[in-house]
Amino acid sequence: MPHPETWLKTLPDGLFCEPGGFYVDPVNPVARAVITHAHADHARSGHEAVLASPETLRIMEVRMGEDRAGGHRQPLGWGETIDLKGVRVWLRPAGHVLGSAQVAMEWRGSRVVVSGDYKRTPDPTCLPFEPIPCDVFVTEATFGLPVFRHPPAEGEVRRLLDSVGLFPERTHVVGCYALGKCQRLIALLRRAGWDGPIFLHGALMSVCRAYEAMGIPLGDLRPATASNKAELAGAIVLAPPSAIADRWARRLADPVTCLASGWMRVRQRARARNVELPLVVSDHADWPELCRTIEEVDAPEIWVTHGREDALIHQVEKEGRRGRALRLIGYGDEEEEDAADPVPGGETNAAPPPLAPPATALGPTALAPTALGPTTPGPTALGPGGPDREAAPSGAADSSAAPRRARRGRGGAGGAAA
Amino acid sequence: MIAFAELLERLTLTPGRLAKIALLRRFFETEPDPDRGIGLAALTGELSFEAAKPALIRALAESRTDPTLFAWSYDYVGDLAETTALMWPDPEPDRRRNAPVPSLAEVVDGLATTPKTQLPALVAEWLDLSTPEVRVAILKLITSTLRVGASGRLAKVALAELGGGRIAADDIEELWHGLQPPYGELFRWIEGRGPKPDPRDAPVFRPPMLAHPLEDADVAALDHALFAAEWKWDGIRVQLVATQGGRRLYSRGADDISAAFPEIVEAMRFDAVLDGELLVVRDGAVAPFADLQQRLNRKAPTARMMENYPVAVRLYDILFEAGEDLRPLPFAERRARLEAFVREEAPDRMSLSELIEVPTLAELQELRAGARAASIEGLMLKRRDSPYLPGRPKGLWWKWKRDPLNIDAVMMYAQRGHGKRSSFYSDYTFGLWRDTADGGRELVPVGKAYSGYTDAELKQLDRWIRNNTVHRFGPVREVSHAEDHGLVLEIAFDAAQLSARHKSGVAMRFPRINRLRLDKPPGEADRLETLMALVEGVAVEQ
Ligand SMILES: [Zn+2]
Ligand SMILES: [Zn+2]
Repeated sequence: MPHPETWLKTLPDGLFCEPGGFYVDPVNPVARAVITHAHADHARSGHEAVLASPETLRIMEVRMGEDRAGGHRQPLGWGETIDLKGVRVWLRPAGHVLGSAQVAMEWRGSRVVVSGDYKRTPDPTCLPFEPIPCDVFVTEATFGLPVFRHPPAEGEVRRLLDSVGLFPERTHVVGCYALGKCQRLIALLRRAGWDGPIFLHGALMSVCRAYEAMGIPLGDLRPATASNKAELAGAIVLAPPSAIADRWARRLADPVTCLASGWMRVRQRARARNVELPLVVSDHADWPELCRTIEEVDAPEIWVTHGREDALIHQVEKEGRRGRALRLIGYGDEEEEDAADPVPGGETNAAPPPLAPPATALGPTALAPTALGPTTPGPTALGPGGPDREAAPSGAADSSAAPRRARRGRGGAGGAAA
Repeated sequence: MIAFAELLERLTLTPGRLAKIALLRRFFETEPDPDRGIGLAALTGELSFEAAKPALIRALAESRTDPTLFAWSYDYVGDLAETTALMWPDPEPDRRRNAPVPSLAEVVDGLATTPKTQLPALVAEWLDLSTPEVRVAILKLITSTLRVGASGRLAKVALAELGGGRIAADDIEELWHGLQPPYGELFRWIEGRGPKPDPRDAPVFRPPMLAHPLEDADVAALDHALFAAEWKWDGIRVQLVATQGGRRLYSRGADDISAAFPEIVEAMRFDAVLDGELLVVRDGAVAPFADLQQRLNRKAPTARMMENYPVAVRLYDILFEAGEDLRPLPFAERRARLEAFVREEAPDRMSLSELIEVPTLAELQELRAGARAASIEGLMLKRRDSPYLPGRPKGLWWKWKRDPLNIDAVMMYAQRGHGKRSSFYSDYTFGLWRDTADGGRELVPVGKAYSGYTDAELKQLDRWIRNNTVHRFGPVREVSHAEDHGLVLEIAFDAAQLSARHKSGVAMRFPRINRLRLDKPPGEADRLETLMALVEGVAVEQ
């Protein structure tokens, strides 16, 4: 029985199944691609032939246009199998976003499962993850540190609604990724009883419509751009993370800036992005889910595509499995990529920022008197307002001025943005 | 503890004052006694238990987590309490089901009464029963590192709102230091279920009277004969309270700073409430604010600090004497009482803030312009017939600051603001030129400004920054700042002081943007030496 290492290889274009002659989620255009899901880092445009779930193909067409979504597109339904030059291939739900699949491959008696991105918590907008026992399990490790434990998403949505109740004059603008997170939040809001209109940034509408066309009802959705400030007071507005604190958000009534992301678990990440209400909602497995999934599929060997591979491999090796970092270049977390402060509106998207924060140039940034004691709030805490001389000595050492560079290793484009 | 944890997180991240008040108010409205009162005490820094050392948390973390994973996680999160809270493994599900998340009262009570040796086991038990959010709050509470950015004042404003308009925040302020957690009596009164608490002779804080800034336009309209004038000293405003019930030194914001200045409290051997300015005074000369800063940074000073930075109070006013409330009296009468008081008591480390005799407005103007010593900020003008009223009543007291200093600096970095300004680059780091060892020139950062501009200028600045960014670092952008390309800002500031803590060697007091100098190439901005030349000497006591 040939070891999977001999037939599933990491090439510059991605993970290549040699006997089958196809890539899984290649990062460059190739002849034959099997795509786990429609997020941009997994589903690139320009492949000659694409095999994916019907939902993934549909979303790819909506997002990149039919002409760029792959020359020959072949849907593979749940429960179907296909033989690609002697390699048996089938798809199983990954629970990540609508259409997201794990790719199972069998060749000469050994089985590899490439899980793509996945999560284990229930999601009303997609089928749940199904574990497949295998010899090699290929996993992501986006949240591969034990500090990442996502609370139930229903509770986070309740926190959002609770805040809407407390601040009925303000607009709650929720940063969320356009594919998956957005629709999941809407569905959760509906389940929690919010049946009024939900306003959307223009970038979110098309995928929502595609979800609805595939049988996921999302209720009353309206374009935020067409609405005036008064109409948006007390409303919930969803927008891409890059838009919530930028010029686009100036149209909103005294907005409460919310961000729905697994990264919001760490307070400094929320602070660095000026998020007032962090919602810890993620479409990626958290640490316990990663560990539990590895136990369930019970593969002797675990390959990690991207994320915090060092920590996850440390963990699987403690349990007597073999861990291997594939170090595939080009995958990131879709939320992180979007978080890199881009710009709609003709702004040039500069190269990824250098890693050292500029605060070092100024030494400790405290130029004004520092705090009298721990209970004396600094200016960030008190909000804007010039330094009032009589306002007692208050700290100007702005803790958010020098965000700790939080991510180790490859962080994708957004790594330094945190 | 669940509601308290949520409150803490939201207060930490909420920039708006009104929003913070709404969050606090809701907490006080919905949480039961005694939890809400204990929460209030925690937020206002009134809880006293010996804070657990970081070592305790570290030991707990080590007992339950893999050391490698902990090290990586700590490196990522950057905060010991938060890392431990987030990583803490959940216990078996059935254990969680059998016991509730500990209440705030339970935790605070446990911390106060548990012997040190048993504390780790107790904390571990609490963490087992809690969610990650609550664990963060517990660990921050026991290490006394809440840092929620809610001043005691905000809590009192929120409490006053709870009273539905019948009660002013100042009423609560006056009682505050005579009350004890969990404040059952206070809540009963606020909710109309009990009488107003009587602090009796407790050394409570009295809301201070504040001055309006005097603008040039107001000067002409001023009948200066009605006013007494005195120097505006550059220290911190304090209230000295000595009653039968005890002695306290308060900051203007009602923080009890007695422990930081024991020599002042020691000298308060009288029965009175005084208003004054706390200063470092060496051999009769008032030292620059930076010296006082050294003392303000410490909760309790060392003997050496007390010797190197000797403090004194310049007295402005007297509010109570031997239990008699003097606040309704006109300023002139209070002043006479204060002078008599100082003559009789001759308290150590205290002196009168001299009144300045000014026959004409022109002479007053001249005095103000000449007030160039680093420890004087300008003049105070107080109507001779003004009673001592809390807050900032219009037209009674004026602060007349001397003209600011100006310098042309080059913008180097810009950062997004907070709250309403979070979509704008509104905080700027600017620099001045200095020579380099190899014969060239470089910009050295000298300060940060985040005010002074108009809304239109802010928009203009924001646009310029977005179009001239050379690097990004998360919320910070480095902007173009070459000799021939960049943005010159005219910076106004109150004083320049030497500072070893700054790379440039000099610190500016209250820098703000005065004007955008779009006409000026960065190469023509000022040099560091120009700023150094503005560093001032000390004021000699008059
Ligand atoms: Zn994905
Ligand atoms: Zn991905």
